[in-house]
Amino acid sequence: MGETTTDAFLVARCRAGDPEAWNELVERFSRYVYAICMQAYRLSPSDAEDVFQEVFARVYERLDSLRSDDAVRPWIAQLTRRLCIDSLRASGREGPSDAETLEPAGVDDMIGLLDEAMVVRAGLEAVGEPCSEILDRFFCRDESYRTIGEALSLPSGTVASRISRCLGKLKVELEGRS
Amino acid sequence: MNGYDEERIGELLRLLPDAPEAWVRAAQELPQARGEVDQIVARAEQDAAFRARLVADLESALQAEGYEASPSVLAHVRLRLKSYG
Repeated sequence: MGETTTDAFLVARCRAGDPEAWNELVERFSRYVYAICMQAYRLSPSDAEDVFQEVFARVYERLDSLRSDDAVRPWIAQLTRRLCIDSLRASGREGPSDAETLEPAGVDDMIGLLDEAMVVRAGLEAVGEPCSEILDRFFCRDESYRTIGEALSLPSGTVASRISRCLGKLKVELEGRS
Repeated sequence: MNGYDEERIGELLRLLPDAPEAWVRAAQELPQARGEVDQIVARAEQDAAFRARLVADLESALQAEGYEASPSVLAHVRLRLKSYG
């Protein structure tokens, strides 16, 4: 099994000025922030990029004000949501400007799903290599068996069985967490 | 999460594709970029002509002034100048 750092420990390391911890924090939450911008709020790529950078700039500046280090994910979600709303308001695509009206339908449900996906993602980190890479390539990067096989020097016929075995491993890891 | 069947795991993983690599790198380099970003923005706030050039074409304006701005510096200066655009 791979080793994972808890969110709280990662935040504590960032506060202590560990530069590697900041890189890890951005890496850990980049997909989450990106998915909120693109899937929940359906921002244009250019607006999403601005929100993405603004979120991490604010996280960097305000990490000291976070009351509980464990709460970093909901805090980042809240920050991203607020900035997405500001972006929609500024783009003027929407008529009324109150936050409730600007929220696309189903945002809460989508963010709930993304929270679940983050739990699965943490499980993926915990199962470690080679499973995390093979599952990431197949599901998140949408790579074909052939591409995965070439990248990992595996016969493509073996890739499907590896994916299945790794999914089983991940399932056990997730059940251990619940 | 309601159970951990493999199909559901796959669906959830698909919801979190990679963010563009350049975006991630720019955010990771923010601690190193901050000093330069602050300096450029402070100058832009005091110098309207410089600010106008930045808003019109950020990359060229910085190059013309001798800055070798990294993607992170460009992204964060652009963001801070947005209200002037």
